[in-house]
Amino acid sequence: MEQFDFVILMLDAMLRVSVPLVLAAMAGLFSERSGIVDIGLEGKMLGAAFAAAAVGALTGSVWLGLLAGILASVALAMLHGYACITHNGNQVVSGVAINIMVAGLTVVLGIALFSRGGQTPQLPAEARFTALTWPGAEAVADVPILGALYSELLSGHNLLVYVAFLAVPATWWVVYRTRFGLRLRAVGESPEAVDTAGISVAGMRYRALILTGILCGVAGAYLSTAQSAFFVREMSAGKGFIALAALIFGKWRPVPVMLACLLFGFLEAASARLQGAFDVDNASGFVREVLTGLPFLIDVLPFILVVLLLAGFVGTAVAPKASGIPYVKER
Amino acid sequence: MMRTLLGAAAAATMFVASASWAQDVKPAVVFDMGGKFDKSFNEGIFNGAERFQKETGIEYRDAEVTAEAQREQFLRKFAQQGFDPVIAVGFAQGPALEKVATEFPDTRFSIIDMVVDLPNVQSIVFKEHEGSFLVGVLAAMASETGKVGFVGGMDIGLIRRFACGYEQGVKHVNADAEVYQNMTGTTPAAWNDPVKGGELAKSQFDRGADVVYAAAGGTGLGVLQAANDAGKLSIGVDSNQNYLHPGSVLTSMLKRVDVAAYNVYKTAADDTWAAGIQVLGLAEDGVGWALDDNNSALISDEMKATVTQVRQDIIDGKIAVHNYTDNNECSF
Repeated sequence: MEQFDFVILMLDAMLRVSVPLVLAAMAGLFSERSGIVDIGLEGKMLGAAFAAAAVGALTGSVWLGLLAGILASVALAMLHGYACITHNGNQVVSGVAINIMVAGLTVVLGIALFSRGGQTPQLPAEARFTALTWPGAEAVADVPILGALYSELLSGHNLLVYVAFLAVPATWWVVYRTRFGLRLRAVGESPEAVDTAGISVAGMRYRALILTGILCGVAGAYLSTAQSAFFVREMSAGKGFIALAALIFGKWRPVPVMLACLLFGFLEAASARLQGAFDVDNASGFVREVLTGLPFLIDVLPFILVVLLLAGFVGTAVAPKASGIPYVKER
Repeated sequence: MMRTLLGAAAAATMFVASASWAQDVKPAVVFDMGGKFDKSFNEGIFNGAERFQKETGIEYRDAEVTAEAQREQFLRKFAQQGFDPVIAVGFAQGPALEKVATEFPDTRFSIIDMVVDLPNVQSIVFKEHEGSFLVGVLAAMASETGKVGFVGGMDIGLIRRFACGYEQGVKHVNADAEVYQNMTGTTPAAWNDPVKGGELAKSQFDRGADVVYAAAGGTGLGVLQAANDAGKLSIGVDSNQNYLHPGSVLTSMLKRVDVAAYNVYKTAADDTWAAGIQVLGLAEDGVGWALDDNNSALISDEMKATVTQVRQDIIDGKIAVHNYTDNNECSF
């Protein structure tokens, strides 16, 4: 029974940790499927985290915070679009520029608004997404197995966790079952064909980037107003890049991408529990080094896996064909 | 002979210069990653420097390091511009200071948390293990499950010294207690990752811990928040963090870096500043535990009596607290 509880709590931690990854990866999916490479997921998430916390702190409203986060992220996505769609700029350069700009801008704005070295004040409970308890969760908590599954794993998360996991089937449906999705995939594979059919390539790509912005905005708001209660500089801590890794690992398809995010989330949850799990005091030399280093090795595993994937060791990852190439109409 | 002459010459120049120092002491401080508003280590230094400025009217200049290479740049820039004394905050500035202090032998430097053995450097280190032992005692007495947690920042000897002292304190009260330990990372980014800090704390609560001690700079804010959200107890570090979540922060392990920073400037102004190593422990009131209105309801009379007794025993040498960095092992 204890082992079962352990597993449930591990899975619970995995869900919590993978939420920003899932949201950012779905965001990246829309953008990359439309043919726009998005290195700037990290920056958009960070910008949204700041906007959500700042507006949350100023107004005391969680919804205005979320809205501000989404707006900030969409604005950054539009900037990316303006550079790469309207002006055919290099998409990687634009993405990197957004990351660097946001890392600095959030701190500068933070100092200007709150004079706390770029931090926002602690958010009150009304300005945060707090855990939702499902009906009857308390009552069934003692029922073996199913009770724990219901009360620990399903109930007791904040709203954005559910939003993240609903975003996956929604993304799948939009990409594979709607006219918009068909055009989105087409514009990422063969923009000439879409153009010939009389559909605006630029219009499609801008619309995809708006969706990217919205999802990244929710991911950012999750970091600063759900998982913690303030913004500190660089708080996205590389999650945008891990989401990008998951996107490649899941081969740009919603469900495999979500599974990759869950895998990376599981690794992070495991790394937290592996630390100190071994009795290193009795080990010596090399073994001791390896055992102490193991949890930190797990932290870089997502990137190692992606390198292996790209090197062709675990299947192949084929990006959308037109990804990264600005579309220029032939004259 | 030559050396004595040189020494005398140096003393003479120092004497001549000292007359002017008293008036034009131009203090500066280089904060480390985590930033001066980390509500913890750097902020303690900031508070000390602010107090000096308020009391004496002498303004100080500061810089915040945000990238590895900036430590040396900032220290050199301050020295070049004639700032004196200059405080380097944190162990990570050691190598940079060693270089810069050699280049500017007439500038007085003080470094916190690290020993740099140069004639113009004052090294101030703390016996964090002693303070951590005390909060470990409190944690063990407050815990109902007999399981407590520790979340460290960057995985270095200094932070393991906190962890090891804490573990000893916990085991002093309850030999069967379990102490879960997590380090946030192996790079300086680990001082500023409250999201991961909160997640590590939750992983310890999941395993039954009900008190968690954070020695992790800005990352600790996430730990304290997670404890507050989960209805558990937390222990702050360096500065008094009791006010952050009244009723949830059991106490804070005080490391009086504010006093240290204040004294550096004050002694420099009075011309009593001396190079060398200062080790501040319980006996010197360099470390301690925080009790104020925010946590008085959490600390019972019995806890207070025990921890006061333990403190005295450590000062008297009846309890020997093992220092992790003596042998890089937590053996006690």
